[in-house]
Amino acid sequence: MSFRVHVRVMPREGLLDPQGQAVEHALSALGFDEAAGVRVGRAIELEVAAPSRKEAEDRVRRMCDKLLANPVTEDYRLEVEEV
Amino acid sequence: MLRVAVVRFPGSNCDFDTLRAAQHAGLDAYFVWHRDTSLEGADAVILPGGFSYGDYLRSGAIARFSPVMQAVQRHAEAGGPVLGICNGFQILCEAHLLPGALMRNAGLSFVSRPVDLVVERADTAFTAAYAPGARIRLPVSHGDGRFVATPDTLRMLEAEGRVVLRYVAATEGSPLQPNPNGSANHIAGICNASGTVVGIMPHPDRMWEDVLGTSDGLGFFTSLAAWRPRASTLNAPSP
Repeated sequence: MSFRVHVRVMPREGLLDPQGQAVEHALSALGFDEAAGVRVGRAIELEVAAPSRKEAEDRVRRMCDKLLANPVTEDYRLEVEEV
Repeated sequence: MLRVAVVRFPGSNCDFDTLRAAQHAGLDAYFVWHRDTSLEGADAVILPGGFSYGDYLRSGAIARFSPVMQAVQRHAEAGGPVLGICNGFQILCEAHLLPGALMRNAGLSFVSRPVDLVVERADTAFTAAYAPGARIRLPVSHGDGRFVATPDTLRMLEAEGRVVLRYVAATEGSPLQPNPNGSANHIAGICNASGTVVGIMPHPDRMWEDVLGTSDGLGFFTSLAAWRPRASTLNAPSP
């Protein structure tokens, strides 16, 4: 089976996110004063061949822990869809 | 003469500066390529600055899995000295040879200018030529230089005296601001528990002869030239 996995990597809560702050200031300068709590992360998509959805998710978690996210500074979330 | 491997990754750009500084200090310095699996009998290793793999994903995240890094890991675990400068420091953190991580500068801008530093550890293979507490000025040149670690890790680094370099306020009247990047506790460089693996954001390789402004960086290389391996730890046959 083949799965498309969407990985969302975000700076850990509580850590300074200067990119998020800069984007928030820019939005405010454009008149979008209602925008708050802006954070900037990274989205990664990949296809994974695996015998089951669970297995695909486990493999991608290992990829995240080893390479795709930095455990010191980032958190990640996965969405798995069958293709 | 001590043999020093300067590791070149695709995107390293301080490799020649580092090689020349090391040779100037009397070290037998030579390049190894990121695909090499041997350090060719190195007594010490330097990971130079630059933008390995274009800083893709995170600075140092991909370089850390280069074939040569397995040899660097073994060398470090055997007690061999390793210095990471700038991108080299980022790689050492990604490889978990040093704790913490280096994130985007707090001001978002790439910062390239001299900074004032205090040498807090003058007993490592790379800093023994400095007096403890010595004030030096070196350039920084980085976009991802903000040192971050968990509160527990920061407490441990401080309690164990593992801050090697710290950004300090310049002498009175200087226009330079301390801490160019928002690093926790103004940390500019740290070492591992045994003091053999050192990572620093400033560039001693860019300031080691007076014609470059100051020669404050030379001590990192002369320290190593004067360092002697303990027979029991280095060049031991691989298991």
